[in-house]
Amino acid sequence: MTGPGPTVEDLLRTLAPQVLGLLVRRHGQFDACEDAVQEALLAAATQWPADGVPEHPRSWLVTVATRRLTDAWRSERARRDREVAVAVREPAYAGVAPPPDEEPPAGDDTLRLLFLCCHPALNRPAQVALTLRAVGGLTTAQIARAYLVPEATMSQRIRRAKQRIEAAGARFAMPSPAERDERLRAVVQVLYLVFNEGYTASSGPDLRRAELTGEAIRLARELHRLLPDDGEVAGLLALMLLTDAHRAARTGPDGELVPLAEQDRGRWNRTEIEEGTALVTEALTWSPPGPYQLQAAIAAVHAEAPSAAETDWRQITALYRLLARVAPNPMVTLNQAAAVAMADGPRAGLALLAPLDDDERTAGHHRLYAVRAHLLELAGELAAAREAYLAAARATTSLPEQRYLEVRAARLADRR
Amino acid sequence: MLLIWNRPGFVEGLSEEDRNAIFGGVDEIMKELTESGELVGGQALADPSQTRTVRLVGDRTEVTDGPFMESKEQFAGYLTVDCESPERAAEIAARWPDVRMGFGVLEVRPLMDDAGTEM
Repeated sequence: MTGPGPTVEDLLRTLAPQVLGLLVRRHGQFDACEDAVQEALLAAATQWPADGVPEHPRSWLVTVATRRLTDAWRSERARRDREVAVAVREPAYAGVAPPPDEEPPAGDDTLRLLFLCCHPALNRPAQVALTLRAVGGLTTAQIARAYLVPEATMSQRIRRAKQRIEAAGARFAMPSPAERDERLRAVVQVLYLVFNEGYTASSGPDLRRAELTGEAIRLARELHRLLPDDGEVAGLLALMLLTDAHRAARTGPDGELVPLAEQDRGRWNRTEIEEGTALVTEALTWSPPGPYQLQAAIAAVHAEAPSAAETDWRQITALYRLLARVAPNPMVTLNQAAAVAMADGPRAGLALLAPLDDDERTAGHHRLYAVRAHLLELAGELAAAREAYLAAARATTSLPEQRYLEVRAARLADRR
Repeated sequence: MLLIWNRPGFVEGLSEEDRNAIFGGVDEIMKELTESGELVGGQALADPSQTRTVRLVGDRTEVTDGPFMESKEQFAGYLTVDCESPERAAEIAARWPDVRMGFGVLEVRPLMDDAGTEM
């Protein structure tokens, strides 16, 4: 089977939230509208590449989705007669731009959808799945493939998510300003989660999850376009771009992970680096520095260094200090310790690691062992470093990481 | 992954009531995990008497029939779940009839991932 060309697919992804938003606003019933839109998208994905894209693709989708919706309603005729009458009376899109008094800009619908999908009544996996489907326009099968679970599992997850939203009485409206901030934080986290899911997987033999990286960047770009005055949204997009820029350099010829310090910086994506750096630099001039901006700023400092040795470690440790204050978290401390070791020597870094043994979020975590191993190696304590590398290798559930850590341990054994 | 270990053939020695309780219990958990979206897959294994064991003996491989372990409990099947924490996986395992009724044990092991971060 040949899929739709990139242009048709891009077009569908852009139109999906607009069409869904319009239907939900007109008819309510998020659950039913979402199913109808998915069917319309599938129909378009098979017909358009063969027959050509219709002149008014959005109206085409609205018409088909509305027809599916009324079909669904007809099948429960007795109870639904009245709604069918309303939906049918409503003119299907004539094809030209919608009357300005009836339709708010499509972007508002996308934002409402993002907020609805990241509803607090849902857990994170459900928020992620629903966002990818309703806003990203991915099919259940695509999402299931990306998350390596059976389609039935993902379909169930999405179904329940929609039911929970209906049960929570969520409306398709902008949340109140206070609630909006809360909800936006969830949206930003969901998008970053999607990005990481794709990025950490792109080293493995299964490249399909790399699609998620692109989708997360696309949605972050859209969010930034809708909310240009939010510094953290700008920071999120910058962080994604600056991280994604490493893609080509972060794995070796056999798929093994290459640490940042050893990456061929000539293979970093300059376009993404420039865009990300400009975004975060600009945002930091007017926005209070939040965790995403600070992480992006750290990535930007790495990006401008010609080599690991020539990195401005002072600036990086200063940014980490700020990050540890704004968003205290043992994982931040872990990265901070690695940076401090480069600026002030491995002993200073090791001292920062000590309290993490008592924190249940990091005790026994492979990252803690791995960073400690690296710093012990820098300090010349090779036997202890080797032990720590092996402990890290035992604790990780990632195959490439395990291989990397075992190689480091083996190299130390050779040096003794 | 939840690995199910039990004594082969233990079901035959049970009363019909106990047998039904076991199968009913399995059906109930499977239904619940399917509905919550946590079930990824699973498979029961045939009786250990259907087993072949392949090992290197000297310089050639040797295939032998039958059960390959001295222990009374044998690997009977597995269940893959996608859940939020190891604690949740252990909770599911604790509800499995083999464990609850004392016929076997479940081993909870994380799966290795093909992904990783740049360290």
